[in-house]
Formats: sequence, structure tokens, C-alpha cells
Amino acid sequence: MTNSFGEFSRAKMFFVIGSNMTEAHPVAATFLKNAVLKGAKLIVVDPRAHRLVDYADLHVPIRVGSDIAFLNGLMNVLIKENLYDRKFVEFNTEEFNSLKQKVSEYPPERAADIAGITPQLIVDTARLLASVKPVMLCYTLGITEHTCGRNNVVSTANLQMLLGNMGVECGGVNPLRGQNNVQGACDMGALPNVFPGYQAVVDEKARKKFEAFWNVSDLPSQNGLMMPQMMDGLVSGKIKGFYIFGENLASTEPDIHKVEHELSCAEFLVCQDIFLNETTKFAHVVLPAAAWSENDGTFTSSERRVSRVRTASPPPGEAKPNWWIFKEIARRMGQTWSSNSAKEIWNNEISMLAPALAGIKYHRIEGDGLQWPCPTEEHPGTAYLHKEGQFTRGKGAFIPVEWTPPAEVPDEQYPLVLSTGRRLYHYHTRTQTGRCEGLNDLLGEETADISREDATALNILDGEKIKVSSRRGEVMVKARVTPEVPRGLVWMAFHFREANANFLTNAAFDPFTLTAEYKACAVRIEKL
Amino acid sequence: MSDKKMMVNGREIPFAAGETILEAASRYDISIPTLCHLKGTTPHGKCKICVVEIEGERELKTACNTPCNANMVIKTESIKVVADRKKTLEDLIASGNHNCAASSAGNSNWTVFQMAVQQYDKTDDLCPVWGDCKLQDLLYHYQVTQKKPSDRKQPFQKEIVNPLIIRDFSRCILCGRCVSACNEVQVNRAINFGEQDGREKIVTKNNTSLADSDCVFCGECIQACPVGALVEKKAAYQWRPWEVRKIRTTCPYCGVGCQQLLHVKGEKIVKVTGVENGKPNEGRLCVKGRFGYDFIYSDERLKTPLIRENDHFREASWDEALDLVVKRFKQIIASDGPDALAGVSCARSISEDSYQMQKLFRAVFKTNNIDHCART
Repeated sequence: MTNSFGEFSRAKMFFVIGSNMTEAHPVAATFLKNAVLKGAKLIVVDPRAHRLVDYADLHVPIRVGSDIAFLNGLMNVLIKENLYDRKFVEFNTEEFNSLKQKVSEYPPERAADIAGITPQLIVDTARLLASVKPVMLCYTLGITEHTCGRNNVVSTANLQMLLGNMGVECGGVNPLRGQNNVQGACDMGALPNVFPGYQAVVDEKARKKFEAFWNVSDLPSQNGLMMPQMMDGLVSGKIKGFYIFGENLASTEPDIHKVEHELSCAEFLVCQDIFLNETTKFAHVVLPAAAWSENDGTFTSSERRVSRVRTASPPPGEAKPNWWIFKEIARRMGQTWSSNSAKEIWNNEISMLAPALAGIKYHRIEGDGLQWPCPTEEHPGTAYLHKEGQFTRGKGAFIPVEWTPPAEVPDEQYPLVLSTGRRLYHYHTRTQTGRCEGLNDLLGEETADISREDATALNILDGEKIKVSSRRGEVMVKARVTPEVPRGLVWMAFHFREANANFLTNAAFDPFTLTAEYKACAVRIEKL
Repeated sequence: MSDKKMMVNGREIPFAAGETILEAASRYDISIPTLCHLKGTTPHGKCKICVVEIEGERELKTACNTPCNANMVIKTESIKVVADRKKTLEDLIASGNHNCAASSAGNSNWTVFQMAVQQYDKTDDLCPVWGDCKLQDLLYHYQVTQKKPSDRKQPFQKEIVNPLIIRDFSRCILCGRCVSACNEVQVNRAINFGEQDGREKIVTKNNTSLADSDCVFCGECIQACPVGALVEKKAAYQWRPWEVRKIRTTCPYCGVGCQQLLHVKGEKIVKVTGVENGKPNEGRLCVKGRFGYDFIYSDERLKTPLIRENDHFREASWDEALDLVVKRFKQIIASDGPDALAGVSCARSISEDSYQMQKLFRAVFKTNNIDHCART
């Protein structure tokens, strides 16, 4: 997030696109609703009329996967009607003309045709957006989990730069990150192209720095593989040994049958986890790990806030902290690492290596934590980025993007779109929430959420078991007939193995990020 | 801050336009007791415990919703104020089942009193929040004791049909903090003031159980409840405040990073609350943050390393398991090079774990084939 959760309750307008915040980030949504009750405007762009829509001034029910066309349509109107921030564009951005050229190809009529809404709604949305400043843009995986995910993200940034909503309180581009420490895992360089602190592995200077600090030589100089490439590698034989730490890939990755085949090809698979799960079935060695409240350490949230995690009880049996397990493997391969606690790892290594984290030490985050960038020990942390329109690269560059449809679109055989996500009462594959008293009682099985129109057409009753199938698999699941879902859409989650949406999802990936298109594939539903 | 000033207990304090007496006083650490007031929500002065005496006013005023005026002269603990608070507390304690005062019933009819309370409560136990109750604190502070079992109508039936929240109407003092928490803090709009059988009650729409209502079980109402009317089912009778340590930590679910207080008895989390005034959640939690902790104690937790033998796993020591991992990884590196290894880290575990894993891959194995689920 460029901005912070603390700004939500003071914001004047929200533009929420592809984010079912009340279920996926419930506490963030409460602050947004507080602002709305105090008079803030809310625009919700989403195919589904999820619960946030109850609070919206405008709900724009665009078709799944039409985001870029819609956003380009908005920018077309903003430019044509001179509603954009000309001063910000002139002084803080570049490449405006190429953006203008591209969005001129998306007049409201064309954008509306692609997005399945009226041209007037695009005009109205643009005018409402321009009527208030600043506007806080929030998105979640509805933007990123597409084959055009990177371009979707670029579009949201284009829009906020055009409106001059960057570098200010209560503005910005704010991806609400799905997992408690996905930000931290990225910051730590659990990515194939960067060391901790986003220092490129292809940069010789960075490699020298890490070689000196870690007291090693010959750090690899080429980017590594991204996860989908690793999975392919298991089948092609390029990858022989695979180490999975705390992930349940056999239930979370698209096209489960394909994923399970890939995992079964691993010559040697190590899983390090707190429970056996669908993925550990393929493991050769399983290492028992300490869980959440059995660790001292840190999580970094969506708003770049590094907060403490503290130990309430020791891990069960022989289970060990993960950092200890990695250190122990290193030792057995001839490298002795000196840090002997999470605190030492952070204070003596991470904050010494990552410039944006240099000022964050454990003694400073006993209470509310600190938001990076925090370059020195005197620095108070950073609530919002790009202050006064100063971007990391200097001026913000508009990057014009073209709309592209999802990799798989409905046809005669599979006439409906399947989109997936999370529900309130469970988390991911339920390895944790499924073992918490009460939560299964609140939600005990998966449903396929379908529209009244589609239910009527197929004579399906609410609660009736139906078959949902795609080119990759099929599941039997209860239908939930709901006005939240528009005609032509089936919506499912991946919390329950028995009817996991990932038996159906399409392993098609964004070419830049290799993020899978969980949000769109073609399916058929049948009455049993 | 404006230059307007008023006198409170003989001390001159400035206040800002629109500020209430309670807000101005609390900034100067002048404590005025409250029960129904929930910070950040609309004050309605319902419980009357925050009354203060203002010179020149015939009636006492509730500090939570009376705006400050220049030249006001206020007494927060005058004889009149204290007498009024005592009367309010006597009425509150008589309005429901507050058996915390049983021991102070005093004289010869103690047994009668205790028997009546237990009959009424249908339990031999003390109130589940004994020792953690704002009403009890005030009863003690103002030395209010219950003289006799109150002459009450049969209380509304206790609701235990939902999996997470016990609603014990016999202990409800109708202060409305839960209503403010639900409508103004979390904005879930599941409960409100209502009526049943001609008597006031906190109700869902159509007075259904929580499970059949718009309730999303965030439990904000429990955290707001000053008495034992709303308690966590999992925590009820599992703890007393003097038995627990409170440990601040960060929620393990979504990316908001809510700050939690773990209430830990021995080595077990018995209850989770939000850290009041902590960033970013200001005390709020959702259903997973408040109730999603007990997976930690599942019998299914992995407790030893496991090594595959044909179609099953056998238990192994750390030495054996780690030696095997190292032997196989070394073999693969020797035969196919370091890039034949790949790893995915965990976006749920602490940052220090991810740091160690990428360091292992880069500095020890010598490959950049390290990723995690950020892209999926």
C-alpha cells in the first residue's frame, strides 16, 4: 500500500476495485465504513454485489476481466472532459501523451461494451471520481489474479496519477495484501530476482555486498525460477529437489490435477509445516515446525508496518522454529550462521542489509511497530509513499495498456465464468481455521454461488447439490442461489478440499508476474 | 485548542469547541466513571453513571454527552454526585443477575440470598467475568452492596445456540455498548435496542438468535460489554483475570496486521482481544482474529520429523531427517547443479524465517530458485 489503514477513517472517497474487503480484510473494511457513515463517498467496482456494495454511492458491476477496458474508459472521459489534475500530470508525470493516445481508443461506448455496463455509468463514475480529492484507491486479488494482472495494476496507477491522487494522505494505490506476512516474505527476498530489501541479484554490486556480509563467494548471478516455472521443472526434470515451506500447493494452485502430477514428479520433496496436508502426501521428508504463537519474530502488514509476533507457548513435541531448521541445514552443509534468534536475525542481519529497514530494530517495535521506509534509527517510519508527487524513479511514468480478455472465455460447452476468492469464516485451505472450534459450524462446506437467473434457467434450487465442471476437472457442490452474483457467473472459494475451486481453475499466467488467472475460467453447471 | 476554560474540581482546564465534559476531563486525567460510553461512538448518557454537578444547574448532567461551556464550574465527585451514582448502581445490580455482590450481602440471610441467586442463575458458578467487570469495579469503588435478591421478572432465555458467543440477558444492564460496537465501530448492524414481552432487550432483526441474523461473529460486542452479558463460549469459565498473562502479538490471518492481546493461562491461549488504541486496528478484530487461535493446540500438529518409507511415513529424529535432506540435496547439486533445487517460502510465517530460507538457497545451495506464494 502506498498509504495506511490509519487514513481510512479520514478519507473523503474510496474507489474499491476487485476487493471483497468485508470478508477478506474485515477490520480494514470497518474503518472504510466508518468514513462512509461520516459522509465519505464510495465507488465499488466488482462483478459481485458483495456486502460493501450496501454502503456504496455507486456500484459498477463490470464483467470479470474487463478492468482495463473500464479504467481506460474512465480515463478517456476524464481527459475528454478535462477533469484530470493537469498540474500533477505536468509536474509529476511523463508519457501523458502516450496514455492519452491509448485511452482515446476506449470511448465510453466501447469500454462499456467490453465491461457489460452502460456508457453513462462510465461517464458518471468518472465525474464522481473527479468531484472529490483525494480519492483512496483500494484493490485486492480481483486486480492481480488475471493473465493481465500486471496491466491491471498499471491501470490503477495510471488512474490515480491522472487524478493527482498520489503522494497525499488519504489517496494512493492500496493493494490489500492477502496474507499476514506476504509483504514480509517479499521484503526478505523470498523471490527469485531480489535479495532482502529488493536488491537485484543480477546487480554485481548487490552480490558483492551480500557475499561480503554472508562471508561467501560466487552468489548466483542469474534470476531464479518463479513458482510456476519450478512446477514445470519438476515434470521436465530440470528441478530434482523441491523444498516447500508452509504452503499447501496441492490445494492452492490452479488446476489441482496438474499440480498433483507435478508434485508427484519430484525426485526429492521436503515439506516443512505444522500439519500434514494435501501437499505433504507427496513429500519424502516432513519437518515439524513451530506455529504462529510459538515464535518470536515479526510480520510486515499491507501498510508496510513491521509488527512483533510473540511467543505464548512452546511448540509441541519435537517441532522447531523454522529459522532454526534452515540454520541447521546450513550448518550440516558447512556454513555456521551466528544469529541464534529471530531478534538477532533481524537486528544483526536484515536491518543491516535492507536500507529501507535499517532504522527498524526490535527495541523500537515493542508497541505499534514501524512502517518502512525507515532508513535510520531516528526515522519515525513512513505512513504514505511518494510524498509531494516524488516517485522512486523521479517522475511517475504513465504506461498505456491494452485490454486483453481472460485466457479462457465462455463458449457453448462451458458457458459460464468461474471466479474464485475467500470467505469470511475460513482462511485458505482451512489447515488452521478448520481446526478452530466454532468456525466450521459457521461455514461447514463449500458452495457454488450462482445467480437467480441461472438457477431458474437450470431449475436449480438453493442448497441443491450440483456439478460444476471445467476443461480440467469437476466438483459436486451445493448451489447457493444469491443476488450477489450476476447472471453468467459462478463464484467459489478454495477452503474445502471436497469442492475446491482449484480443481476447475485455469493454470494460465500473467506473462510478467506468472500470477495465475484464478479470477476467470469457463465452466458448466449441471443439475444432478 | 481554544482559549476557552472551565473549572473542574477547582482546577482550571481548557477545552476545544464541541468537546464534552468527559473528553476534556479525561485529557487532564480527571477520572469520571462510565459504563455505557464507548470511545469513538455517539454518547447517549443512558446509564447515568457519569453524572457530574454543574454550578447553577438544578439537575446533574451526564458528562459523556454534555458539551463544555466557558466558565462552567463542575464537581465530579460531590456528595450529590456520589449519592446519585450509588442509587444508579443499586438499581443496576437489582435489575439483573449480578451475584458478584453475594458475599457482601452481609447479615443473616446470606444463605437465602445465595440460594436465590443460584436458583435464578441456574449455575453454581460465579459470573464468568468476576474480577473483569466494570460494574463490579464500580460497586466496589462506591461500596454498593446488594441487600436482597431483587424482585425481578424471569430473565430472557440465555442464548447459547451459536458456536462462539454466549448472550446471558440476565446479566445485561442495557447499557448499549454492544449496540454502539456493532453499529458504529464494526458497522455490521446486526443488533440494536428492542423489546420482548414489553421489556427492553438487545435484539437482532426479528429477535432471532445471532446465528440466524446479520451477525458476522466479530465479537466486538464481547469486547465492549462491561459486564458478563456477552462472553466468548470458548473462554467462559476457563480463566480468571488474575490467572492470565497478556501478550501482545500480531494476527496470523490477513494482511491488515491487527494487534491482538493473547490472554494466556499457563501455556494456553484462553482468549484473544484487540489492543485498544493499538495501530492499525484500534482494538478491533474480526471473527478469525478473535476466535481462530486454537488450531495451535490441535492433536494433529506435527510433533516429530517424518521420513517416507514406501507408502507411509515413519517417525525420525532431527539428526536422521536433516542428514537425509542434506545428503539428497548434496547429491542433486553434485549431479545436476544447484539450479536443480528449488524452494518456496511461507507468506504466513515470520519474516526472519523467509530471510533464513532465501539465505540457505542463495548462500549455501547457490541458486536463486527461491519464491513464495506472493504471485499466486
